[in-house]
Amino acid sequence: MYAAVLYLLAGWSGFFVMGIELLGGRLLAPYFGSSIYVWGAIITVFMLALSLGYLIGGRYSVHDPSLRRLGLIVLAAAVTVLPVLVAGDALLDALSARMADPRFGSLLAALALFFVPTLISGMVSPYAVRLLVAEREHAGERAGRLYFISTFGSAAGTLLTSFYFVLWFELNQILWGMLGVSVLVALAAWRVRPRALP
Amino acid sequence: MSRAALALLALLYVAATPAAGTLIHSERSQYREVLVYEDAGTRCLCFTHGCAIGRQSCIELAHPDHMVFEYTRMMLGALFLNPDPHDILVIGLGGGTLPRALRQLLPAAHIDVAEIDPAVVRVATQYFGFQSSPQLSVSTEDGRAYVRRLLREATRKYDLIMLDAYEREYIPEHLLTREFLRQVAGLLRPAGVVAANTWSSSRLYPNESVTYHAVFGDFYNLKSGNRIILASNGELPTLEQIRRNSARFTEAFAPFGFAPQMLLPLFSTQADWDPAARVLTDQYSPANLLNAGR
Repeated sequence: MYAAVLYLLAGWSGFFVMGIELLGGRLLAPYFGSSIYVWGAIITVFMLALSLGYLIGGRYSVHDPSLRRLGLIVLAAAVTVLPVLVAGDALLDALSARMADPRFGSLLAALALFFVPTLISGMVSPYAVRLLVAEREHAGERAGRLYFISTFGSAAGTLLTSFYFVLWFELNQILWGMLGVSVLVALAAWRVRPRALP
Repeated sequence: MSRAALALLALLYVAATPAAGTLIHSERSQYREVLVYEDAGTRCLCFTHGCAIGRQSCIELAHPDHMVFEYTRMMLGALFLNPDPHDILVIGLGGGTLPRALRQLLPAAHIDVAEIDPAVVRVATQYFGFQSSPQLSVSTEDGRAYVRRLLREATRKYDLIMLDAYEREYIPEHLLTREFLRQVAGLLRPAGVVAANTWSSSRLYPNESVTYHAVFGDFYNLKSGNRIILASNGELPTLEQIRRNSARFTEAFAPFGFAPQMLLPLFSTQADWDPAARVLTDQYSPANLLNAGR
């Protein structure tokens, strides 16, 4: 159960990041268009945030790591998407009014809206590795399985969002739905009986 | 495979390959490949090799004013709703046929063009006789960003806005939402007119229709392969007014090679779509997914 929930958190986090990334492009389009540089700005911000998230997640895993805390990380990533829902349009309007160049306008917009939730999501994988690895000789195997699940989640999040969700739902409905799932998986992590760390 | 089957395949291949003519210019822009083909005195602008998914714009070299495409003639039908526009905005330049015609028809009017791709502006100028001037200025900017900027600056309004930015294979989704059309309406003077060039065979037809209807109410729908939506920011002129206004252009349209009266039978306000179709919004804009079919 413990390992299953742990993999669930990692897989969901991968799904969540790519879902948000694709919706980010849709949210920015009415303000900056949907040119290649708008996507370039979004992908840059996501990659940058993930890279720092890995670093910070790894550091954080040193201090008293637990599955509950991992659940809280997933929950925190979801909560920091709330500003997008509440103030996204106002912020995009203000930014597009001040930035004449749509390249840097979209870069700043992506930074303001998506940097924090993506950074926190980036913390999940290295933190989860710490919870999984017991012996040195299986470290690579466990890490490999974790990356498989997390990146598979990303692939699923990309496909489902871009092929189906945007056809069925409104952007904010999708965002609220993903927030809801994050709360559920975080709750699952909270409910699982803690385990002594390897 | 038998020889007959091979011959049939070859025949099918030839039949499926559009006769695009000789490639005389090509350049790759940030957005697409911009190609110019010439065949039997007609020069065309295409965004795909061999014009595989259609020609954007064509001119007859011997009569550069002649309108090769019916859709451009239908777009001029907008003038029957408001025959004397002073300020005009065209979103999407293509070969520049429409701005060129409007310039000729209305020498006193001020025309702005928003075209996202600088390569298209270059090619229209070099190969299609387009020429910008103080009276006809081009901004290389996303159409929606342009509209938003002008709303914010609040210095200019238009009597006519033409939307010619939709391709059959790709629709800029942020240019086909209720919010965008409201912004367009916000840039129109009280009796201002919006003219949009789309397709009558598109699967998006009902969604597109209800979206325009949500913002402008009833509109004229001209269908003939292409679909031209002519909507008014004020009260929609009656067919009688349309007929009267069209008479004013009998001479003026002659250089383009058609009589304004030819358009009159196309004017229809009949709502030939499912009114329960989902309105496209910034929150829900899967235009290309809908167009590709579920």
